[in-house]
Amino acid sequence: MIPDFIWTNAPALLVAIPLLGAFLCPIIGKISPRARNVWVGGIMLVTAIVALILAYRVFTDGTVLYTFGAAVPGLSIPLDSGGIPIRIIFTVDAMSAFMDIICAIVGFSAILYSLASESRNSGLEMYYTLFLLMVAGVFGMVSTGDFFNFFVFLEILSMASAGIIAYRVDGGVAVEAAIKYFVLSSVGAIFVLFAIGIYYGQYDALNMAMIAYRMQGSSLDMIALVMLVAALAMKCGAVPMHFWTPDAYSMAPSSATAFLVVASQASLYGLFRVLFTFYNLTLNAVTVGWIIIILGILSMVVGVTMAIPQKDVKRLMAYHAVSQTGYMLLGIGVGLAVLGNQPLMESFGYMAMNGGVFHILNHALYKGLLFLTAGAIFYRIGTRNLNKMGGLGHNMKWTMVFFIIGALAIAGIPPLNGFASKLMIYESVFIFNPILAIIAMVVSILTLASFVKVFHSIFMGPKLPEYAEVKEAPLPMLLGMGILASLAVIFGLFPDIVVTTLVSPAVHALTDQAAYIASVLGGA
Amino acid sequence: MSKLVRFAADILYPVVLIFGLYIVAHGHITPGGGFQGGAVIATGVALVIVAYSYKEVIGWIGKGGLMAREVIGLMGFIGVALFAFLFGMPFFYNYLAGQGGLFGVPVAFGPNPGELNTGGTVPLMNFAVGIEVWGGLSLVILYLLSGLIEKKDQEEEGS
Repeated sequence: MIPDFIWTNAPALLVAIPLLGAFLCPIIGKISPRARNVWVGGIMLVTAIVALILAYRVFTDGTVLYTFGAAVPGLSIPLDSGGIPIRIIFTVDAMSAFMDIICAIVGFSAILYSLASESRNSGLEMYYTLFLLMVAGVFGMVSTGDFFNFFVFLEILSMASAGIIAYRVDGGVAVEAAIKYFVLSSVGAIFVLFAIGIYYGQYDALNMAMIAYRMQGSSLDMIALVMLVAALAMKCGAVPMHFWTPDAYSMAPSSATAFLVVASQASLYGLFRVLFTFYNLTLNAVTVGWIIIILGILSMVVGVTMAIPQKDVKRLMAYHAVSQTGYMLLGIGVGLAVLGNQPLMESFGYMAMNGGVFHILNHALYKGLLFLTAGAIFYRIGTRNLNKMGGLGHNMKWTMVFFIIGALAIAGIPPLNGFASKLMIYESVFIFNPILAIIAMVVSILTLASFVKVFHSIFMGPKLPEYAEVKEAPLPMLLGMGILASLAVIFGLFPDIVVTTLVSPAVHALTDQAAYIASVLGGA
Repeated sequence: MSKLVRFAADILYPVVLIFGLYIVAHGHITPGGGFQGGAVIATGVALVIVAYSYKEVIGWIGKGGLMAREVIGLMGFIGVALFAFLFGMPFFYNYLAGQGGLFGVPVAFGPNPGELNTGGTVPLMNFAVGIEVWGGLSLVILYLLSGLIEKKDQEEEGS
């Protein structure tokens, strides 16, 4: 049914197609805007389909290897290299495939949405070039099995993101946000590069499986760990390194913001990959686990308390994004703290990690959706200030419905997806330490309170005279939001299916360091 | 700038260009490569902007041409990599190495002075990256220096 060519070359196509699309976009943009829209939409659709095919292959057949430039894609170790994987390898295990699915869904919705939402701006071929570069960057980061290659894709992603944040100059404010983001990511990237240098100096390897295989947990490794955790936690927006998120998320065009959420999560993926695949039990798991838990708790509490007084709707959502990242860190941190203690892992460790990883997917869906609804409102009324809005529920009914779905999902209200993952986190964290679970619940309640206020000030009340003529958002924007909203509802109604088929394999792939090493080095 | 500087720039520009192209072409056997060579070429553009004014230079080196170079370079790079699929090989497979011809002379084992016609697709990718960086970095320099404010009287004095 699926062509053999795509089936074998899916990991390479995942990066090659968006890159080809990005590079040809300036030329096709010269022909006509319509041709450009068809091109960009088509490229993203094909990429998303390839990503889903790859994920299907990973979840049925196990880890997929793709060795660039080798005679056969699966030949990870050249015959004459003495057992060392020297080529760049894409190692797509269940966790990578899980992230690929998120990137495919959100990327496609955001591009579909942007076809209408950005149509009034100039320089769009550059916008789409940057967007497709971001897509390629995220796919590369989550799929690669080579740590230097990870750094390269991290840089591609950072450069493209900085460009796209500055896209709507907005009197220089957007450019300022972009510079802030760019400087911070560059500093972070240098930390990552330094850590790579430490690994390379010690273990003569850049391949992730090889580094993991030779990992000794020396004090140099601990220095590398500190640098990687600091850099990647900064990139995913965890408190106390969160200060770039409100600026960057609020100033980027909304379709790009929805994808920036996925971009942050790719860094989160990198963090988990480092902790679990590189170090695993060579770490003092309790200490590092508690560090991750404290990062998570700080992010949750600081994020939500900073969100409440905001007046700019996208800035408010950006602080909520920081707060929700805390839940993922909390879930994974609890899993890490009991790693190696199999009875505790079975009783609540895996469940906490399932909750944390499932929350990545849910967060990408509902937070992407919320940013897109905020973009739709901005598209129609031209302001992001909550004090100037009101009564929009009369005219923008679909946007209102999507906003309700997103807001209830982020607050963790039962039939929606946010509830499913948060419940798993609450239950498992409560066994580990009740106080943490209580903090998590309080943060959730504050989130609900904040979104009730936002909902009221945007949609409720009588029609304002200045917005009497406001129309519903255009169809492509509604379709983009609709995909995310319907998935948020479906994943909320059938969470057990998602957890058993996608999340649980991903978590087991993450914790099982030996399987990851064996998939590349062949049982060495 | 003064006539002396302009004259020196006139002489040096082709030299810088050729040196950059040399680094690009020898990228697979000597230190350097596409990016470094392209960056050297872009310094040539910086040189003429410093020697002349932005307005004069933009007339000689069009932005459209540089943009085209950027796109052609990038397309060349990914095209060379994608071409491997036609041979039924993985992405980035080096289908020219050891095949004879302009790029595929087999390399003798052990230390050797370095044969230019080797490397398979590697020199092709260096060319592509070189063209891309030539266009891209020159554009960056043009945009950075487009904000220069020229003092009117000084320019008259110079010309």
